[in-house]
Amino acid sequence: MSTPPIRMPEPYNDLTRGTASLGKSVLVKGQILSREDLTIDGEVEGTVELQDSRLTVGPNGKVTANIKAREVVVLGTVNGNLDVSDKIDIRKEARVVGDIKSARVVIEDGAYFKGSVDIIKVEPPRAPKQQPAPPPPAPPVAQAAVAPTGPNDHKR
Amino acid sequence: MRTQISTKDQVHTRPSPGLDQFFSTLATHPTALLDLAGVSQANLMFITGLGHRIYSDDIVRALEMAFGEGDDFFANQGDPLRMEQFMNSTLDFQVNAFGGALLWDTLQFLAPNLLQQTLDQLFHILEPGSSLLAYFHSEERSPTAPVYSYRIVDQKTVQLISKNKRRQAQFFNNRAIEKLFQRFSSVKFFLSRDHLREVIVKR
Repeated sequence: MSTPPIRMPEPYNDLTRGTASLGKSVLVKGQILSREDLTIDGEVEGTVELQDSRLTVGPNGKVTANIKAREVVVLGTVNGNLDVSDKIDIRKEARVVGDIKSARVVIEDGAYFKGSVDIIKVEPPRAPKQQPAPPPPAPPVAQAAVAPTGPNDHKR
Repeated sequence: MRTQISTKDQVHTRPSPGLDQFFSTLATHPTALLDLAGVSQANLMFITGLGHRIYSDDIVRALEMAFGEGDDFFANQGDPLRMEQFMNSTLDFQVNAFGGALLWDTLQFLAPNLLQQTLDQLFHILEPGSSLLAYFHSEERSPTAPVYSYRIVDQKTVQLISKNKRRQAQFFNNRAIEKLFQRFSSVKFFLSRDHLREVIVKR
């Protein structure tokens, strides 16, 4: 007798994939840490850190905080530095004052931005090293050869 | 004070020998550049594509926020308290913080006292030997000048996008421009066929 596969109930799936949000009448003072996408349409003062997730600052959003996230979309106001590993998107009605560090930056015409932009160079993933083929078995020798050593051995 | 501009005048692409000179003389190592005509995707991509860092601000918008947009725009620029607030919020950087500055045409919207303070501060924040690029409108009879967004197309070409028109604080002929930058080590003029006079000033 086989057991049926376990399925998550739909509402639970929605919760784990969903986006948290702060409505426009919400004021948060302090530190926000999130492992899921977050939309802020209210007011936040403090720090905002989203591990590998996306932050959206809505049109009514006003964030006075340093922000760390994978991706940030700004339609409202941000005062603070943005450390974004993938992409920051500043829309035309947005107002951002702060320094940006990101791999990609998109700024629409009409947006107000004051600050510096540092583009982070993303290293392409390294190809896995191929294991060298094992050497053929050496013929038996009477005495092991000793490599000469000296102060310039690391030079070629 | 500000007048809207017709849509047919809105985008104009022109060669810019000053821009070419600016980037040709730029340090080969990565440096920080100041762009005072407001952020644009084009300038951001061009400057960071060369490996430099960009610091962007919209000085005309900052002037409007500090001194208002009405008829007393230039009169308000003489208010010492407002001047101090403007300087603290706009050009408050460390000594030698920048390896170059793109001022575009922003200087002509500053009243004389504020203009002098701005130039003194630019002298302070630019590295010795670095350059700044400035444009001046050459139509002496026109009471207003267009306010542009400047988009770098390539090292030799710039796109001008009109936003509106604004009265200039004063008209600058070549002699006035030389006098303006007398503290700097050199001023080089570039001929142009349109109404913009280009200047490269060496710190």
